[in-house]
Amino acid sequence: MMISLNKETLKIVSEQDVVLFRQRLKEYASKIGMSLLNQTKLITASSELVRNILVYARQGEVIIEVVTDRLQTGVRVTFKDQGPGIADIPKAMQDGFSTNKSLGLGLPGAKRLVNYFDIQSTPGNGTTVTIIRWKR
Amino acid sequence: MDRIPILKMGHFLLVTIQVDMYDRLALNLENDLINAVQAHESKGVLIDISAVSIVDSFMGRIIGNIATMSKIMDAQTVVVGMQPAVAITLVELGLPLAGVYTALNVEKGMELLQQKITEEAEFDIGEAEEDDDQPE
Ligand SMILES: Nc1ncnc2c1ncn2[C@@H]1O[C@H](COP(=O)(O)OP(=O)(O)OP(=O)(O)O)[C@@H](O)[C@H]1O
Ligand SMILES: [Mg+2]
Repeated sequence: MMISLNKETLKIVSEQDVVLFRQRLKEYASKIGMSLLNQTKLITASSELVRNILVYARQGEVIIEVVTDRLQTGVRVTFKDQGPGIADIPKAMQDGFSTNKSLGLGLPGAKRLVNYFDIQSTPGNGTTVTIIRWKR
Repeated sequence: MDRIPILKMGHFLLVTIQVDMYDRLALNLENDLINAVQAHESKGVLIDISAVSIVDSFMGRIIGNIATMSKIMDAQTVVVGMQPAVAITLVELGLPLAGVYTALNVEKGMELLQQKITEEAEFDIGEAEEDDDQPE
């Protein structure tokens, strides 16, 4: 069973919000004593996912939580938007798939950098991505 | 505001990134650097990222673009001081900065630039000599 110990929600509308979000995330991760490498992976993955919110949905929100399942402690981040959603999730998760003439690295890359990755999306309703990175 | 200073040192340009990067800042740096290479006919660009703790796919791509564009204008790019956690994370993300020279610190980076430029010059002389050998 997963317990959430500490929770904060941030609105994401501009790049300034992204800068603030990354700072807050770093604070949470270092406060629980996450290794530097895992902090770097968590923040880099989050940076990709929050950019997707700004690019595809224009705005959304992120929830930062310290979570524990009694065996381990980590940081969970939830990225929520009410943008266009993703019709074909398996396709979007492929390396190199992009509707934006970009690298198509954001989703698959973020998944590789974390311990848990979940994506839910309904076309027309928005997208929610949840990740967890354990302390070590 | 929104700009990272570019230092001109002889034939080289030196950029020390000391703040957290966000997309606008990275794009401005790309533009400014490419303009500066052109304006000063620089032979080398040295980007010190030792203070940077997060390089995501956007920033990684900008660094790649700077290297490619500089190359077109006959300048070499060396990225120095990449933190080990950043390097590992970039590889896992799927963007290993292929084609960009890296060095441990500014001093080593300068040496590498100098060496690259000498190699280029020798190569050019070699080519010119070859041309001379060709019958009219
Ligand atoms: N929040 C979102 N809302 C709607 N569509 C999304 C969202 N996130 C991702 N997508 C879709 O999934 C595709 C893949 O996303 P991913 O982040 O992997 O690559 P990208 O954004 O196209 O390129 P990169 O992140 O490498 O710059 C996107 O091109 C887009 O079509
Ligand atoms: Mg993306």
